[in-house]
Amino acid sequence: MTDLKKEWPLFEVFIRSKHGVSHVHAGSVHAADSTMAMENARDVYTRRSEGSSIWVIPSSEITASAPSAKAALFEPSDDKVYRHPTFYEVPDDLEVL
Amino acid sequence: MDVHHEDKDMRARFDAYVADEGKVEPKDWMPDGYRKTLVRQISQHAHSEIIGMQPEGNWISRAPSLRRKMILIAKVQDEAGHGLYLYSAAETLGVTRDEMDEALLSGKAKYSSIFNYPTLNWADAVIIGWLVDGAAITNQIPLCRCSFGPYGRAMVRVCKEEAFHQRQGYEGMMVLAKGTPEQKAMAQDALNRWWWPAIKMFGPPDSDSPHSDQNTLWKIKRFSNDELRQKYLDMVVKQANALGLTIPDPDLKFDEDTGHWVSGPMDWDEFWAVVKGNGPCNRQRMKHRQKAHDDGLWVREAAVAFAEKQAKRNNQQKAA
Ligand SMILES: [Fe+2]
Ligand SMILES: [Fe+2]
Repeated sequence: MTDLKKEWPLFEVFIRSKHGVSHVHAGSVHAADSTMAMENARDVYTRRSEGSSIWVIPSSEITASAPSAKAALFEPSDDKVYRHPTFYEVPDDLEVL
Repeated sequence: MDVHHEDKDMRARFDAYVADEGKVEPKDWMPDGYRKTLVRQISQHAHSEIIGMQPEGNWISRAPSLRRKMILIAKVQDEAGHGLYLYSAAETLGVTRDEMDEALLSGKAKYSSIFNYPTLNWADAVIIGWLVDGAAITNQIPLCRCSFGPYGRAMVRVCKEEAFHQRQGYEGMMVLAKGTPEQKAMAQDALNRWWWPAIKMFGPPDSDSPHSDQNTLWKIKRFSNDELRQKYLDMVVKQANALGLTIPDPDLKFDEDTGHWVSGPMDWDEFWAVVKGNGPCNRQRMKHRQKAHDDGLWVREAAVAFAEKQAKRNNQQKAA
């Protein structure tokens, strides 16, 4: 009964709620093509003026970092405290810094 | 390395992380049991939203006014949306939409039993918003903090929309309850039929519900069935009183010591009969869902054929 090839492809949906802010991931929709994905995303995720712009992208086109790569990717920045302003000692009573 | 031993370590780390309110995202390592539980719970929740469109959808063409018709269409469309947010969350765990559809249509997957009761008249259509969506809110608010990120985020979106569902239902009941004697009788009759099924929506009493413990440790479930039922009962008794309707529970009483309402005995044999497929509308709901699925087949196929044709045409144009 189930033919997996018949399932419409999955698209990830990103929505800009209003101008001035970035698009944010909202969820996903199935659609035969990107035009239909856009229409479905409009109906599913913006029924109450939640959006001013929509991006849809086939889920298969997204390259995601692996959870196992978390340490390799992000830990190196943990010991670079000198990248933060709090690393530097300056007089407390200096009013203009 | 001993794989079994490694799994045990990972399991222990996972359990501690979740116990400490850590959130789990789809690609993270998770125990099989956690994944299975969530696939079952999220997909059954999605199925409930989808099947739940039927009892109210039944009244769209016969709504008493254009205003009521617009409200009802928007409400039923929201429920379709809730189903889709939830299917989308479940798919992040590796289950496909086709697999979930098949599980529903084959009867392998369950949905909330409340939707196996009929909407015989207009009062039934509005009492659903008040009692059923009211119970759904009570159940879903704690789920916004579920340890599995995509489920929690879907619930936040759902809860925002449920507030409208509950209020439109209560307003609809108010119109009837404050109306003519016939209207008031309709409202009372609907309450008489929906009260117990609504109270039983929170599932069997804690003394015999099998999944609760592990789900509580994994921060999927935050309150027990009985705790949620108590919250709900304290809320709806007040709401029913404000409508001037009589709750069909002769044993219902207020406990001065605890400050809570106490309900009379619930008929769990009736509940299990409905769960097992013998409620008033189980067969009708599944038949309707199967028909919608079958009738939509040519549309799904046509959309794919059209998309393929467009893609081919675009490629030819690029090549030229
Ligand atoms: Fe819903
Ligand atoms: Fe709802």
